Amino acid sequence: MQGVNWVALSVFVLLFGFISWLGFAAARWRKGDLDLLHEWGLGGRRFGTLITWFLVGGDLYTAYTFIAVPALAFGAGALAFFAVPYTIVVYPLLFLVFPRLWNVCARRGYITGSDFVRGRFGNRWLALAITVTGIAATMPYIALQLVGIQVVIGALGVSGTGFMADLPLIIAFLVLAAFTYSSGLRAPASIAIVKDILIYITAFAVVIVIPIQLGGFGKIFAAVPAQKLLLAVPGPNTTGAYGAYATLALGSALALLLYPHSLTGILSASSGRTIRRNAALLPGYSFVLGLLALIGFFAIAAGVSKLPEFAGGFQHFHDNYAVPALLLHSFPSWFVGVAFAAIGIGALVPAAIMSIAAANLYTRNIHREFINHNPTDKEEAQIAKWVSLIVKLGALVFILFVPTQYAIQLQLLGGIWIIQTLPSVMIGVYTRWFNSWALLAGWAVGIITGTRLAVLANLKPTYPLAFAGHTFPGYTAFYTLLLNLVIAVVLTVILNAISGRQAKDETLAADYCA
Amino acid sequence: MSDARGKRGGWSWWYLLFIVQFIAVLWPPFYNHAEPYFMGVPFFYWYQMLWIIVSAVITALIYLLTQKH
Repeated sequence: MQGVNWVALSVFVLLFGFISWLGFAAARWRKGDLDLLHEWGLGGRRFGTLITWFLVGGDLYTAYTFIAVPALAFGAGALAFFAVPYTIVVYPLLFLVFPRLWNVCARRGYITGSDFVRGRFGNRWLALAITVTGIAATMPYIALQLVGIQVVIGALGVSGTGFMADLPLIIAFLVLAAFTYSSGLRAPASIAIVKDILIYITAFAVVIVIPIQLGGFGKIFAAVPAQKLLLAVPGPNTTGAYGAYATLALGSALALLLYPHSLTGILSASSGRTIRRNAALLPGYSFVLGLLALIGFFAIAAGVSKLPEFAGGFQHFHDNYAVPALLLHSFPSWFVGVAFAAIGIGALVPAAIMSIAAANLYTRNIHREFINHNPTDKEEAQIAKWVSLIVKLGALVFILFVPTQYAIQLQLLGGIWIIQTLPSVMIGVYTRWFNSWALLAGWAVGIITGTRLAVLANLKPTYPLAFAGHTFPGYTAFYTLLLNLVIAVVLTVILNAISGRQAKDETLAADYCA
Repeated sequence: MSDARGKRGGWSWWYLLFIVQFIAVLWPPFYNHAEPYFMGVPFFYWYQMLWIIVSAVITALIYLLTQKH
């Protein structure tokens, strides 16, 4: 790898220092009593339309997304663009389901999705299943954010051996852990504003400057190999790449909002109306994501993978190095510093929210439900703060000692797991027709089958489902969700026929309306 | 949930407009071709990028149509 890029590194460190200060100062922003869990863990449910836009945008469009989607375009081509239909179909779900969920959560004091399921279905074991799924799916996601930081630190030319090699990452994480502990959700909310402005600047600079350098979009797409430019047209008796593309988009959209960090970001909004407005405004980020996906093609056209100065980086980080290499190749050092800071800070925002979400889950739905039923408000907030530290430490240890590939594969499994909570959470917002034990059975079958199919498919996201002489390659999470739903429906009918008795629903129809 | 109807948080027929964007982007045969190019960008890419904007407009429209004061 090339030597240290001092100019870029200085800009990077300067911006990083600024947001660290901001993270600590955020404790005093819209001041609330941080000894209350909903103040620490949900920012007091007080964020208006604009702050919610920055926060949820920074939460859902993570640094890893900004590295991995272009990397997938660089490596696999058109398939990577499924991220675009994915982010298009996710917003109707946000618009239709989450204002109702916000209303009931605000009225009943729920902080997590499991709180809602517990109240709605009155089944603590179903709520526990939702909780464990959420935590398990979040952990590798946090670890992946670190990969984003690792790649840009490596690309800045900072290298060393042994402990020294990991030191920058450890420092970044200690800072993150400290301001999350002291400021709660207010820290990522304030940092997200800085981070998103940097991301927008970077994205538009890249999309304007690099095509000019490379001689226009026509030349760029001409350099992309034909088999990468479009999806492969399916042969006879299979839905081929088309089915895979559509189910990846739809399944990812269904899974995204079920992640605990999505819910934490959404529930911190000040009203259901704020969420609705954001369903129309958040596509601004989708547009940037689409532009960034194209950067993968810019990297192909610029031929960065063949340049000797980047050989080491590609060897170490593989396709994930495509974006950093292109930025280094095309921009002056000071701007590289800005762009890398955008990616690095972009990792801290979701990592902070994810650890807060996991902490809220543990505190409310495991500790309070199964260990100490009546903690004081202060004890509850204190437990959450400690858990947020433990969760981040776990992610750091994971990424330092376990190959990156495992984090990516676990995150893939996480998507398959989290989607199994859809019938309880998303459909639960509209109806409690389902029997809670039937939901639990559907969840279990979905998790087990999904994990098994993913392993059979060598931990690739799609599984080639064979049926009546046809093959339907599709997103494993989507297929297993359908199975989950069938089981939940059938068992509900059977269980209701045997015994009409249902646990009490503590929510009222009026709770769901503004 | 029939008692919720009519109040905010209930159902509106305008929500069916959302189906348009699902069909437009989840059926790849509609857009899996390179022609026509737009400023050198193949159809596959600019069509989907365009739908980000169209879907945002549809969502904003539904918001305005279902917003009660």
